[in-house]
Amino acid sequence: MHLVQLSASSAVRLAGAGAAQPASGVTSLAWLLVVLPLLGAAILLFGGRRTNRFGPALATVLSWASFGIGAVIFLAMLGRSADQRVEVLSLYSWIPAGGFQLEAGMLVDPLSMAFVLLVTFVGSLILVYSLAYMEHDPDRRRFFGFLNLFVASMLLLVLADSYLLLYVGWEGVGLASYLLIGFWNQIPANASAANKAFVANRVGDFGMSVAIMLMFATFGTVTFAGVDAGVAGANQGTLTAIGLLLLLGACSKSAQFPLQSWLGDAMAGPTPVSALIHAATMVTAGVYLVVRSHVIFEGTPTAQTFVVVAGAITLIFGAVVGCAKDDVKKVLAASTMSQIGYMMLAAGLGPVGYVFAIFHLLNHGFFKAGMFLGAGSVMHGMNDQVDMRRFGNLSGAMKITWFTFGIGWLSILGVPPFSGFFSKDKIIEAAFIGEGWRPWVFGGAALIGAAITAFYMSRLFFMTFQGEKRWPRDAHPHESPRRMTVPMIVLATGSAFLGLILGPTNAIASWLEPVTGRSPEGEPVIAVPVLMSLTLLLVAGGVALAWVQYWRDKVPVAAPAGSLLTRAARQDLYQDDVNEALLMRPGLHLTRSLVFFDSRGVDGAVGGLAALIGGTSARVRRVQNGFVRSYALTMLAGVVVILGAVWVVQ
Amino acid sequence: MIASLSGLTTEFVATKINYGAVLPMLVVFGAAMIGVLVEAFAPRAVRYGAQVGVALVGLVAAFMAVVLAVGHQGSTLAGAVVIDGPALFLQGTILALSVLSVLAMAERFDGIGADAFTAQGAAAPGSPQESAAVRAGATTTEVFPLTMFAIGGMLLFPAAGDLLTMFVALEVLSLPLYILSGLASRRRLLSQEASLKYFLLGAFSSAFFLFGAALLFGYSGSMDLGVIAKAIGTQSGMDGLLVPGVLLVLVGLLFKIGAVPFHSWTPDVYQGAPTPVTGFMAACTKVAAFGAILRFVYVGVGDSRWDWAPALWAVAILTMVVGAVLSITQTDVKRLLAYSSIAHAGFVLTGLLAFDRVGVSSVMFYVVAYGFSTIAAFAIVSLVRDGGSEATHLSQWAGLGRTHPIVAGAFAFLLLAFAGIPLTSGFTAKFAVFSAAIGHGATPLAVVGVLASAIAAFVYVRVIVLMYFTESGGDSVRVVPPSILTSAAVTIGVAMTLVLGVVPAPLLDLASRSALFLR
Amino acid sequence: MSACAEPDLREETDLGLVRLTRVSPYLTVGGVVLTGVFLFVAGMGARRLLAPYAPTAMKLTTYECGVDPVGDGWAQTNVRYFLYAFLYVVFAVDAVYLFPWATVIRSADLGMASLAEMGIFIGVLLVGLAHAARRGLLRWV
Repeated sequence: MHLVQLSASSAVRLAGAGAAQPASGVTSLAWLLVVLPLLGAAILLFGGRRTNRFGPALATVLSWASFGIGAVIFLAMLGRSADQRVEVLSLYSWIPAGGFQLEAGMLVDPLSMAFVLLVTFVGSLILVYSLAYMEHDPDRRRFFGFLNLFVASMLLLVLADSYLLLYVGWEGVGLASYLLIGFWNQIPANASAANKAFVANRVGDFGMSVAIMLMFATFGTVTFAGVDAGVAGANQGTLTAIGLLLLLGACSKSAQFPLQSWLGDAMAGPTPVSALIHAATMVTAGVYLVVRSHVIFEGTPTAQTFVVVAGAITLIFGAVVGCAKDDVKKVLAASTMSQIGYMMLAAGLGPVGYVFAIFHLLNHGFFKAGMFLGAGSVMHGMNDQVDMRRFGNLSGAMKITWFTFGIGWLSILGVPPFSGFFSKDKIIEAAFIGEGWRPWVFGGAALIGAAITAFYMSRLFFMTFQGEKRWPRDAHPHESPRRMTVPMIVLATGSAFLGLILGPTNAIASWLEPVTGRSPEGEPVIAVPVLMSLTLLLVAGGVALAWVQYWRDKVPVAAPAGSLLTRAARQDLYQDDVNEALLMRPGLHLTRSLVFFDSRGVDGAVGGLAALIGGTSARVRRVQNGFVRSYALTMLAGVVVILGAVWVVQ
Repeated sequence: MIASLSGLTTEFVATKINYGAVLPMLVVFGAAMIGVLVEAFAPRAVRYGAQVGVALVGLVAAFMAVVLAVGHQGSTLAGAVVIDGPALFLQGTILALSVLSVLAMAERFDGIGADAFTAQGAAAPGSPQESAAVRAGATTTEVFPLTMFAIGGMLLFPAAGDLLTMFVALEVLSLPLYILSGLASRRRLLSQEASLKYFLLGAFSSAFFLFGAALLFGYSGSMDLGVIAKAIGTQSGMDGLLVPGVLLVLVGLLFKIGAVPFHSWTPDVYQGAPTPVTGFMAACTKVAAFGAILRFVYVGVGDSRWDWAPALWAVAILTMVVGAVLSITQTDVKRLLAYSSIAHAGFVLTGLLAFDRVGVSSVMFYVVAYGFSTIAAFAIVSLVRDGGSEATHLSQWAGLGRTHPIVAGAFAFLLLAFAGIPLTSGFTAKFAVFSAAIGHGATPLAVVGVLASAIAAFVYVRVIVLMYFTESGGDSVRVVPPSILTSAAVTIGVAMTLVLGVVPAPLLDLASRSALFLR
Repeated sequence: MSACAEPDLREETDLGLVRLTRVSPYLTVGGVVLTGVFLFVAGMGARRLLAPYAPTAMKLTTYECGVDPVGDGWAQTNVRYFLYAFLYVVFAVDAVYLFPWATVIRSADLGMASLAEMGIFIGVLLVGLAHAARRGLLRWV
């Protein structure tokens, strides 16, 4: 599908004054990273039933192959000095329009490699897990095809060397996510969840595409290098507009305020999908976008502030929602929202935060994917039960799941020496750097978020694995097969040690330096040891509160009515109602009033799949009534209005 | 009047005809004439084969003539016809799209004649005459010469050097389409109604065109676009004629592309006409009409655009918004595609309003991309049947992805192209027109365009959901196995949609090289 | 077209005459039209004035020859008449194009070419006629 030819010409215009160089050696194979999973998707989706037998295995193998190539490129990159690590692989001339030449090319640099490794490694593990998890699903082949499509698109997204090619991957992951949320489409709610995700993403895509065209109009190019070079000479207002539009895209893809509402519903998809797409990789694309566009955001403090604000609001918002949900996957989804809020916050802080945003992203990829797989394992053992009030004391029945989940829990809490500690603590520190009100507000938000996180994640952990049994009568919890536990163990290992390897050694900071630059030294407004102690104290407090409520005390099987805040949080803090009031109702009214002009082919009820499939209801007489005389009158009116308007204006 | 009187007394000068330049049109009209003769003298049994053969051979020969005509560019027939880059590009496009359309029209499944067309157009629907005609094995093979005449008019439309030629081309392309719209084999009353509506409203819009042309003649003293352009620079004090003239001519042309508020015919006619004819209208008529608008606006009256471009802006915005929003509530797939075509016309207008060479090339690329996708889409619509007649109600398409994965897959891909998802031609095309608009001071239009396409995308994806994620309503809906003809049309259309999305460079290059009008 | 002939007239004559010359062709046309209207009105008027007027019921019937009209004037006409009207319009109107051709047929360099062109023109019409004839459209059923 993806016709790739290696062009020897290095016609890429590079602005970064020798920062990037044409790909050589093993890097010139980078296109295989995308093509292999894409090939898998093509074979599985177009191959029909013939591929039923070997398809899932093939998809998994191709994904691992992609990881292998990524690893080889990574090793080769390690062997070069830091200033030689940014390479551009030019593929072919994609869109030449007049003076505007755009090559389809890949940017292979430390940032994109970090993502390539995360996506292919975690992705491949989850494919292995799915081999067991989806074993009895009749549509397995399609599932693996979609997952491969996702991996290919995600790799294209992070490897693109221009905003336009990134947008291709961006749409690709959106499509794959959409297809996978609605994968079990026999349940109507899942299809509507898929629709919701799609609509939220269209809002973001709108921002992205306008931003890209604005870049094209302003800089005359849409490659990262070209745009970065042009930022210095650009008008502040334009930069802010571009920054805000990119943020809109990032917010929709990463489920950030105010476009976060789709992520909870997206849990309708199979659990491996939630782990891979809606926790570890796709939803972090917004963070990637902000970090990749750091030159633009550094040029526009206004947009940067918006990034921080969106991050801060979402991290609190997600944490509050997470406290009230009883559906294990929805708690994890709220937690994902909140954690990505941390990353956004860090990415918006400027050079002090980029490294930690990416660092936390990698750690989060491991521990959150691990916990999702753990949740899947629990569901697997409990007949697809997701209500935590029906779990309890599963630690004995599912030892591996309990242990691996526990490591993920400690990691997200930020307990040293687990991975999350090294990145989250640094983000909180970075948020406290600055002058005036900002460090207090943003740092405070990060700190409070950490406390709430400790509470709701402990609540999840205790309600599921500790306390007394609240199982339904027919439940016989059992540990999952090895193909499911091995990926969980691997991810738990990462959650335990990745931070320790990359953080204290400063490896991640020096690795990302060619892309993000050296992060400046800054002193938080509260001394670091004090801050760290305060954080740990708050976390301990959150855990203790959860212990009292959900381990020591009896957990009712039916959810209590709860306080006003709990009830609001259960309803996602009324985000859906707000969306409906602000966006959907005016939209419906607009549609209805416009439809007033066309009744001929329209059923009385507007919109909605149910209405669509339902019978034809009584038709209302309207202007598109099929009478030629009214059509002619419309035309005449149009002519009169146009001529009249021009005449008046003149 | 003086000129015409004195013309009798002065020496008559013969105009030079550059036959190389007009050969494509001659070939198509010649093939149409042969088609008429075949219709008259060939025995009934061989007519179908002969007609399809003549039409296809004529179209391919005309396409080759277009390629040859690259060396014969220039103004010919005393300025009535101008063969230049855009004209040749669009003529080539029309011919290529026409080949696909004719293939789709010729589909006869297992019947004796083209399946989409009634056995006898003149017989009243449901009358004894009709059933007699069906029993006798009558077929409406006239559709092929009619199509060829329409194609001939379409070839002339974007190459017209003066308003009178443009009007003649407009009529030559329209009249056969009026007849073709009324020849559907099923739901014939709807089809005849569509035909009559299209005819009446078409005549109405032609009147506007003529009125506008008359005003412009009064303004500049000539029908020739070049002379009108010169007069805009020199003539003063007659602006009262110029702007209304321009707008009225544009009304006539905008009617053909289905721009709001001159769009009301589109849904009814698209729904009523035989499906392959709808595809032909949606693709080829649009190409030709946009070519004519481009020439009129860029060659003729571009210098006065400050006076009338705002009106065209309003039309473009209305077209995009109304097309996109109204498509949300459609429950008939043909009406949905009709509203989608309205929205697409709005997108193309955005590129046109760039008033730059980039605008020309982006518009030309867009119509190619849209043309291939839309013909294939309508060809697929004609395959989905419920007990013999086309299943056009959307609820009948539910679950098609499970029962007929290949057809549904192709249709889903085309819908994604209409939505402008990357790696389809729709994305490249939208990118081209919107970036042309943004680059030349029409940013608000592009923003509205992106918003409208976001709305429209929802519609297309909803259909995909319906096909893949919804249980089928009944078992009676099935896909008729197509013959090689429809298969070829669909395959080529889908392939072009993919190719123009992945490697659009050669065609974009060609479009941008041929984007220069001869003045 | 009047614009084309304008400049040389303006050079030759003084202001008063320019106005007259520019208007004169229209005056001529207007005169012809008026004369036509006048002749018609005069004829009808003269008849009205001279003829005796003594109506009876019989005289007021549509055809004063004993054939009584059936139905009212807006009855549908057989479509066949429509067809003949069509054919008449096609051929009679197209014949107009033959007149200018007559002025160049004798010219040495245009004659043969124009003959061929006119042959093609009429040939195209004949193809249409042949089609109509073969389809039985000219047969009076």
